[in-house]
Amino acid sequence: MSEQGGTGTQVTGAESLIKSLESAGVENIFGIPGGAILPAYDPLYDSSIRHILVRHEQGAGHAAQGYAAATGRVGVCMATSGPGATNLVTPIADAYMDSVPMVAVTGQVPAASIGSDAFQEADIRGITMPITKHSFLVTDPAEIPRTVAEAFYLASTGRPGPVLVDVAKSALQAMTEFQWPTELNLPGYRPVARPHAKQIREATKLILESRRPVLYVGGGVIRACASSELRMLAELTGMPVVTTLMARGAFPDSHPQHLGMPGMHGTVAAVAGLQKSDLIISLGARFDDRVTGNLDSFAPGAKVIHADIDPAEIGKNRAVDVPIVGDCREVIADLIVAITAEQEQGATGDFEAWVKFLAGVKEQYPLGYDTPAEGLAPQYVLERLGQISGPESIYCAGVGQHQMWATHYVGFENPNTWINSGGLGTMGFSVPAAMGAKVGCPDTTVWAIDGDGCFQMTNQELATCTLEGIPIKVAIINNESLGMVRQWQTLFYDGRYSNTDLHTGPARRVPDFVKLADAYGAVGLSCDNASDVDATIKKAMEIDDVPVVVDFRVNRDAMVWPMVAAGTSNDEIKYARDLAPKFEEDDL
Amino acid sequence: MTVHTLSVLVENKPGVLARVSSLFSRRGFNIDSLAVGPTEHAEISRMTIVVNVEESPLEQVTKQLNKLIEVIKIVELDDRESIERELLLVKVKADVETRSQVLDVVQLFKARVVDVATEAITLEVTGNSDKLADFLRVLEPFGIRELVQSGLVAIGRGGRSISERTLRPVPVPVPGPGAQVLG
Repeated sequence: MSEQGGTGTQVTGAESLIKSLESAGVENIFGIPGGAILPAYDPLYDSSIRHILVRHEQGAGHAAQGYAAATGRVGVCMATSGPGATNLVTPIADAYMDSVPMVAVTGQVPAASIGSDAFQEADIRGITMPITKHSFLVTDPAEIPRTVAEAFYLASTGRPGPVLVDVAKSALQAMTEFQWPTELNLPGYRPVARPHAKQIREATKLILESRRPVLYVGGGVIRACASSELRMLAELTGMPVVTTLMARGAFPDSHPQHLGMPGMHGTVAAVAGLQKSDLIISLGARFDDRVTGNLDSFAPGAKVIHADIDPAEIGKNRAVDVPIVGDCREVIADLIVAITAEQEQGATGDFEAWVKFLAGVKEQYPLGYDTPAEGLAPQYVLERLGQISGPESIYCAGVGQHQMWATHYVGFENPNTWINSGGLGTMGFSVPAAMGAKVGCPDTTVWAIDGDGCFQMTNQELATCTLEGIPIKVAIINNESLGMVRQWQTLFYDGRYSNTDLHTGPARRVPDFVKLADAYGAVGLSCDNASDVDATIKKAMEIDDVPVVVDFRVNRDAMVWPMVAAGTSNDEIKYARDLAPKFEEDDL
Repeated sequence: MTVHTLSVLVENKPGVLARVSSLFSRRGFNIDSLAVGPTEHAEISRMTIVVNVEESPLEQVTKQLNKLIEVIKIVELDDRESIERELLLVKVKADVETRSQVLDVVQLFKARVVDVATEAITLEVTGNSDKLADFLRVLEPFGIRELVQSGLVAIGRGGRSISERTLRPVPVPVPGPGAQVLG
């Protein structure tokens, strides 16, 4: 490691930490102080970095994720040792699953006390080893700048992910020299961004030879900022596109080539598009079980081109014909060049029958829902929310039915406008994630679309939003229950609703979300019929100085369709309860 | 299932062994043996890991290992193209009557006597797994009182070194203000 010339300045380890974070370009930190991290909060008081005091460390972590997902920059959260650090475990695991660039800084008990079961001691590096891209324990204050520089480099390059920096209190208190490194020494870390030319040629050949290709687009396309390249590739070839839960917005929902989201709750056209294809071009996706269903019967006739920046994803779940290691943006750009060259030679590919077949499926089995005789359809709320707030807004979701309805009905046109917990499936993600997104994009309307169950897990961050001037909007899709679990109980447990009733309906309203919003200094609104939906959303849109919470009291029996039951084949997709789509195989 | 011997060069830093071993356990891969020690470079340690898996899980093992930041290089050693050794220390019952017979075995296997007591002797032997197994089989009738065995270590035949060029410095841009945007 080489350092910037000359001798560094004599500072405390704590000052060195804050100077390092400033040098790494950090503008916002979400966190809560405590004993072991306390020395760092003193220089932070004078720093150019804005520290946002959250109400729970989990909120800090998800806020850092939301910030990172909305802006593409590294999100930063900070907590003290022991319980402060362990409260970050869920967001760290979440960021690991969804490849979110994040640095978590935690205080640790003094070096001499490590291993003695000291007050508020937890081996957070050990705890987070399996859920971080990398983790550091710093006991020598001289190591602070290099460690912070490495942490940001690791978090933001290659396949992004969370990096933990655990700093002993003794290192924060000791005197040291601050020198920001100019070169890092990570001999075991050399991510490959440029794809191999031979693989691009092989992929091009397979694409042009195929008759039923599909672009299977995952979150890697969003992280690689490759949306415009993806659109070029799709339009150049005419190939149909599916976007996974993590990739919603990477390709416009309004685009005629878009089949929608595949998987357990995917559209019939997207599921059929993968299942009946003869070539899957996977771009930054990982053949997750929620996409493939039963793996053995997934897309049985398809060859696979798998492009990912993480070599370990390639071939992990599904055998691959052409592996391509590289950054999605570079891979797609190279494919465009190679295919264009082939097209100029007259090789254009013949996908006409396939495109026609899928257009037929899309037309026959569009996304849709029944308007209930009584009460409010949740899908209608989200449809109107998307239309009124528009595709420039950012939508963060929790996990469950409301998440699936949001992904289907909001309507996404732009990348980084859909932020959710895809891999880990963390209930309570949306309010803090929306807070982080709003800090990163203060001029953008940010909605947290939440369930009544999710909202009760992290709504304490409304206090943070009110006090810190972060006017997010929350749409609670209140069906008085843990809706997705209830749906499974309806379908697979004979309607025995064991422990899924949350009593947030008219009979009890515990808690009353409108009053709760009011107590937090936010504006609380409610809506329980379709004719008031537009006016309520518009009212929420007009308020931009404090957070708004809208309690949409929806029909509790609404279910998420289509659905492939867990563990079954994608061939078993149900368009609605007891209604399986019929494909005209002869059309292929 | 087949046995594979992986030589893994890692940065000599605290916690590396924990990272490697926990990776194996959480991904459901079984380790037959694992040996760690220093190399000709002070900054690098070398692990020799013996795993018993099929070809395609082996590829996952190496890819997942490669993802660990502190893992520098992984080489699979072919048993025909490499020298493999284990070390065995064994305490065998040997009184006045049987001692000379045990010593014959020691001679036969080129083992060494490292400690002698009135009722037992302690032997040291190195070799590959087969030789050590044979050695124990022959000693068995005398009565094995205690044994301890090292993990396997292995090195490729010929003049090349797997650690060559592993530490060549690569200039890495440090993320600075405004340089964080991905893509």
